[in-house]
Amino acid sequence: MMKPTSEVDLAEAIASTTGPVRIVGGDTRQIGNPVKGEVLNTSGLSGITLYEPGALTMVARAGTPLMEIEAALAAEGQRLPFEPSDMRAIYGASGQSTIGGVVATNSSGPRRIQAGACRDSLIGVRFVDGQGQIVKNGGRVMKNVTGYDLVKLMAGSHGTLGILTEVSFKVSPAPEASSTVMVEGLSDTDAVTAMSAALGSPFDVNGVAHINGRTVIRVEGLDGLVKYRAAKLVDKIGGVVVDFDWGAVQNIGDIAGREGDIWRFSVKPSDGPKLGAALRAAGATEVVYDWGGGLIWALSPKGDDMRSAMGSISGNATLIRGEGHPVFQPEAKEIEFLNTGLRAKFDPRNILNAGRMG
Amino acid sequence: MDLPKPNSEIIARKPQIVALLQVVLPDDAVIYDEHEVKAYECDALASYRCPPMIVVLPSSTEEVAAVLKICHAEGVPVVPRGSGTSLAGGALPTADSVVLGVSKLNKALEINYDDRYIRVQSGRTNLSVTGAVEALDFFYAPDPSSQLACAIAGNIAMNSGGAHCLKYGVTTNNLLGVKMVTMEGEVMDIGGAHLDAASYDLLGLICGSEGQLGVVTEATLRILHKPEGARPVLIGYDSNEVAGACVSDIIQAGVLPVAIEFMDRPVIRAAENFVGAGYPDVEALLIVEVEGSEAEIDEQLALITEIAKRHNPVELRESQSAGESAAIWAGRKVAFGAMGQISDYMCLDGTIPVSQLPLVLGRITELSEEYGLDVGNVFHAGDGNMHPLILYDANKQGDLETCEKMGAEILKLCVEVGGCLTGEHGVGIEKRDLMTTQYTDVDIECQLRVKDVFDAKWLLNPAKVFPLAATESRRT
Repeated sequence: MMKPTSEVDLAEAIASTTGPVRIVGGDTRQIGNPVKGEVLNTSGLSGITLYEPGALTMVARAGTPLMEIEAALAAEGQRLPFEPSDMRAIYGASGQSTIGGVVATNSSGPRRIQAGACRDSLIGVRFVDGQGQIVKNGGRVMKNVTGYDLVKLMAGSHGTLGILTEVSFKVSPAPEASSTVMVEGLSDTDAVTAMSAALGSPFDVNGVAHINGRTVIRVEGLDGLVKYRAAKLVDKIGGVVVDFDWGAVQNIGDIAGREGDIWRFSVKPSDGPKLGAALRAAGATEVVYDWGGGLIWALSPKGDDMRSAMGSISGNATLIRGEGHPVFQPEAKEIEFLNTGLRAKFDPRNILNAGRMG
Repeated sequence: MDLPKPNSEIIARKPQIVALLQVVLPDDAVIYDEHEVKAYECDALASYRCPPMIVVLPSSTEEVAAVLKICHAEGVPVVPRGSGTSLAGGALPTADSVVLGVSKLNKALEINYDDRYIRVQSGRTNLSVTGAVEALDFFYAPDPSSQLACAIAGNIAMNSGGAHCLKYGVTTNNLLGVKMVTMEGEVMDIGGAHLDAASYDLLGLICGSEGQLGVVTEATLRILHKPEGARPVLIGYDSNEVAGACVSDIIQAGVLPVAIEFMDRPVIRAAENFVGAGYPDVEALLIVEVEGSEAEIDEQLALITEIAKRHNPVELRESQSAGESAAIWAGRKVAFGAMGQISDYMCLDGTIPVSQLPLVLGRITELSEEYGLDVGNVFHAGDGNMHPLILYDANKQGDLETCEKMGAEILKLCVEVGGCLTGEHGVGIEKRDLMTTQYTDVDIECQLRVKDVFDAKWLLNPAKVFPLAATESRRT
């Protein structure tokens, strides 16, 4: 196992290795095909290197535990805008999620619909490429168009383009209050209509999900503001203000620990109900809608193909847990050509998480 | 600033190239008369001019693909152009190039309020995107100052920002998908109405690539419902440092305004003379705007004014009406034009950590004295995106060069304090040679390899973004 304690050590280790390398942070986000190779553990690259609450900026080494980052932010009344999910229950993992893993998988929760994904808050990266060269891109300021935006490219590349060593984020103030409006008993179609109405309102909703027959809509902010907006939403779509644990949506709490395969679909919200129905017809036992209907989680019998339920609906399907089907949505050949070309440039020896993304 | 020497062999083949282009485009879409092409000799960085060899104005993605196929086969450099409002020379032609203007691609193709997106052709102007959806109270958030004229194609190329990105983000955060044509003429759809890529985030890579990776012909953009209302407060201080400290405190207080704009005395005076906004004659002015219902606005502004008062403002004016709101914004909106009335100027775009504002503003004042050129500051303070305007006289021998030298020093300073060369305008030709102050050779090489993948022959906007010496072996 390699466990470098500095970026330079890591770069030297990669430059001098010949074999494949399997990059591991906390091993809590096991998305993608199994990877063979010597384990490269990033826990030696840990610690917050810069935190300026007054500039809404945090920089941390990639192996820093997510918990440590969230605690540091909470101490200043701030948070990561994109609400990364905890996937341990999905994989039966017990480790500590690292911020590098969050970035490598572009993990984003319910707030993605309003605050953007991990990639939208990510403003800088440092990484070691497949030849052991140290590369930086972006920086620590929230507006930066200097050169190509490799920051976005690295987010969600699952360690196949480089090993992240440091990441910078734009963070946001944590709200004073949070409120959830719940409507019960809506069909999937009616739920998506209600969620679209909420998202198309001026009330800045930042969580919109339909789970177990309950349609939930969240607003956050100053106390008085939240009460007002929740009341307005009740006027608009009905329902009542409730206490709701958004972890059930963020970490798909109800299905994460259950037997079966887990699929994740990203589609246009109005296509959600049609896809949900097709998934149920194809054997899915649970269907959870997030992002106003645009993100669908499905629990299905082991080995069954749920991707084909998409039919002509555009978007993508990812097999989050399970085997026997491509994990990532096969891309059109012209996109695949570019992906392959990029990978060959960043990791010409094909040693970093080789095969992870197919 | 140098431009690469035009390839005379290409120029010698101009008649044949024109003939090939005329096969795939209507006659009036191929401009090759040496007087007519002069209309495309520069963008908003007007101190640099070079008429292109040919200009093409395609009307469809298919025509764009046909043009690029020809240019690829013939080895002709292509300079994509939106509305030509780049402040960085992003659309500056070379004498051996074909300028590909997307101005005829200006339709709104699809509006979907339920899923909150609009699909437009890329030549459509920024403001007319909002124009297409505002009847139902929706809007497209990125709002660069040039939004009346600038095209979405250029916004995507430069990843443009605007005054309200503190809350809504910049172009890349509001772009859902593109239809793009590669230099080889291949058409592809990247992203769409759904969120997040299936594999690599090519959309994020294309946004901000300054027209070097492909020509975007269509874009799917996120639209949002307008807030119930918005109201600004005007805060004046007798020092830039105190104004900077106030900005930092507001951001940390947990209320995120949609905009925090900063103007210093030279700009305040110019704006006041130009439009009579009723600005006080102070050292530094902040305009802080919040959104929501009346009650929400009151609550947020109460918090902001309380913070502002801690710093002893010399003026604090909360808007009481739509008319007063308009007056507060009036001076800011004309600031660039007002400065242009006084003098020629060069507009910088460096971004710095907000905490460094006082230091950098102080150093800019020193540099201004050192170089003997006046500077005005007007910028998006909430995100540290500065716009120092260096005043110079274009008719005075050597003044532009002095101005550029001083600009380079300011930008180097921005990088030194932890910032970057450009926050929303792009590198273009203007900051090309400064890239090495922010990035190592390895960092730059990594970016060049990305272009190798998309445009192996280095024909798309090839003389931009990177120092010419770094790209020479690839371009020739």
